[in-house]
Amino acid sequence: MRVTIKLFATFRDGRFKVEEQDLSEGTCVLDVIQPLNIQAEELAICLLNGKDANEHTVLNDGDTLALFPPVGGG
Amino acid sequence: MGGYTGKVLRINLTEGKISTEPLNMELAKKYLSGRGLAGKMFFDEVAADVDALSPENTMYIATGVLTGTNAPTSGRFMVVTKSPLNGVIASSNSGGYWGAQLKFAGYDMVILEGKAAKPVYIAITDDKVEIKDAANVWGKDVYATTEALKAEFGDDKAKVLTIGPAGETLSLNAAIMNDLFRAAGRSGVGAVMGSKNLKAIVVRGTGKVVNANPDEMKNVLSAALGKIKENGVTGAGLPTYGTAVLVNIINESGIFPVNNFQESYDANAETVSGETMTANHLIKKDACYRCPIACGRYSKWEGGQGAGPEYEAVWSFGPDCGVHDYDAIHVANDLCNKLGMDSISAGCTIATAMELVQKGYVKPEELEGIPLEFGDAKGMVEWTRKMAYGEGFGAKLAQGSYRLAESYGHPELSMSVKKLDIPAYDPRGIQGHGLQYATSNRGGCHVRGYMVSPEILGLPQKLDKDSLEGKTTWVKIFQDLTAVIDSIGMCLFTSFALGLSDYTAIVNAVTGFNYTDAELLACGDRIYNVERLQNLRIGMTTADDTLPPRLLNDPIPAGPSKGSVHRLPELLPAYYAERGWDAAGVPTAETLKNLGV
Repeated sequence: MRVTIKLFATFRDGRFKVEEQDLSEGTCVLDVIQPLNIQAEELAICLLNGKDANEHTVLNDGDTLALFPPVGGG
Repeated sequence: MGGYTGKVLRINLTEGKISTEPLNMELAKKYLSGRGLAGKMFFDEVAADVDALSPENTMYIATGVLTGTNAPTSGRFMVVTKSPLNGVIASSNSGGYWGAQLKFAGYDMVILEGKAAKPVYIAITDDKVEIKDAANVWGKDVYATTEALKAEFGDDKAKVLTIGPAGETLSLNAAIMNDLFRAAGRSGVGAVMGSKNLKAIVVRGTGKVVNANPDEMKNVLSAALGKIKENGVTGAGLPTYGTAVLVNIINESGIFPVNNFQESYDANAETVSGETMTANHLIKKDACYRCPIACGRYSKWEGGQGAGPEYEAVWSFGPDCGVHDYDAIHVANDLCNKLGMDSISAGCTIATAMELVQKGYVKPEELEGIPLEFGDAKGMVEWTRKMAYGEGFGAKLAQGSYRLAESYGHPELSMSVKKLDIPAYDPRGIQGHGLQYATSNRGGCHVRGYMVSPEILGLPQKLDKDSLEGKTTWVKIFQDLTAVIDSIGMCLFTSFALGLSDYTAIVNAVTGFNYTDAELLACGDRIYNVERLQNLRIGMTTADDTLPPRLLNDPIPAGPSKGSVHRLPELLPAYYAERGWDAAGVPTAETLKNLGV
């Protein structure tokens, strides 16, 4: 299945902004971040198709996953 | 007693009379300082039916009890007066260094009454206070005025607070600027200062602000600074990217308004993101007095450099106007700093005007050939300038988005609450924040209870942004806690890292008082109710606690929050009950008695 992975802020350092990945069925968020050397504790905001998700959320074909470290403003 | 200087400076500009008076400590214990105390004094001293731009309106420039101490971010002050935009108690917050300097000069607050016969400015050096002729700076912009008055004052350590041309022309989008780039931006407070023929206040203080318990303060500060440093937002995210880092977060959540809230997802958001600004525009970071966060940006653009822009201005002049030209956004933001305008409402007013043009309500012959269409960056910049000077159609823009849209028979196209423009979060996809917009005493404002923190950022805990569950309780607590933070002189951004007990500990160490957490939070509740009473006595009703019809009725058309509307009617009655207000949104006698109002 094809999933779009978007990284933001410091997660981009040495990685990428956006990438489409071919993943096997049953892949969860943790399976995506581990090869990127992103720890689950670093993940502050995890949006799957704009909705809240977490490291255990299972991905589906056509999903967009957006990952942020702790950031904010106002 | 520490923190407070105990002295208020009162200046009647009509009579040219300068006097000092003791701070009312009985009131201060109940309303703290800043927004709370000045708001209460305004409520008691200024009649409900006063014209905001008349000499009878009074302006209170009030520091916080912590302002000028060694507490983190303790440079804040509040401008409190009747808003010419909507009649409520305006309380516009600013940072920088001016507030601390006023405290060093020995004053908790400056009260400005009446109207000078000709343009003047006020010069303060400790006990020496003078009203001086401002003829040579009237008409000048903020940068030129600041430079000229510093030179005239003869002390480079002096701090300047001033209005620009927008304040002089009584634009309802006019801000009061200090330290060149910091703004008491919202509610049209710059126009009130302009209506008094008061151009600026220059202040130099040589005193100190005393802490009642210095040893206790060391421990309290160490704990607070540690939390601010360790927190991912205040310790890393904000210092690295500034507030514009929100562009991608809010866009990916599907609540990033585009083209005057006609859409809520922007496929081109990356062009104006905080990451892009950091990579291509950032020169250096900037910090206010005693701030360990340093979220301020100093940036470059094609042909210039200057402060900002903040997230809200990136959005208001950018995607809300359909613009993705970062250089143009920088220039418009710089015009706001230079000419003294609220960079949220200025951009929002142009976005509203663009929709009026788009729908054919504004005729091309009114526009002198200057483009006013979504996506036209050059037109957006030129209309920003013309708004500040009130030139041509710019005079209509200077009245703010609500009056502009109303004058064409379409007030529903103003994306405002109580005539104050809603900032950069579409409430249709964030229910608690939308309730906060609708019930904010000053109107469409994001910093009266920043529900984005729990609903998007997950601080202090993650809430489902689309759920209604528990939101009335969260909104009330956030509004009350914000009223406390606004009234002690610290920056709201500390609340990403600090909790109520941290603020209580700092206030007690500085003042020597013994507030409990509950007592301090009750001060916020009390402040909120006094502001509400002002809204009621000028004739506002529950009908004013609402959102623009588009946000209640029209589902978000596309993006991650597609299909959402704001469900305000389901929340409002429970919110009133939570506050101890009746079904008409009026505080009950019991509520006021319990709060000691």
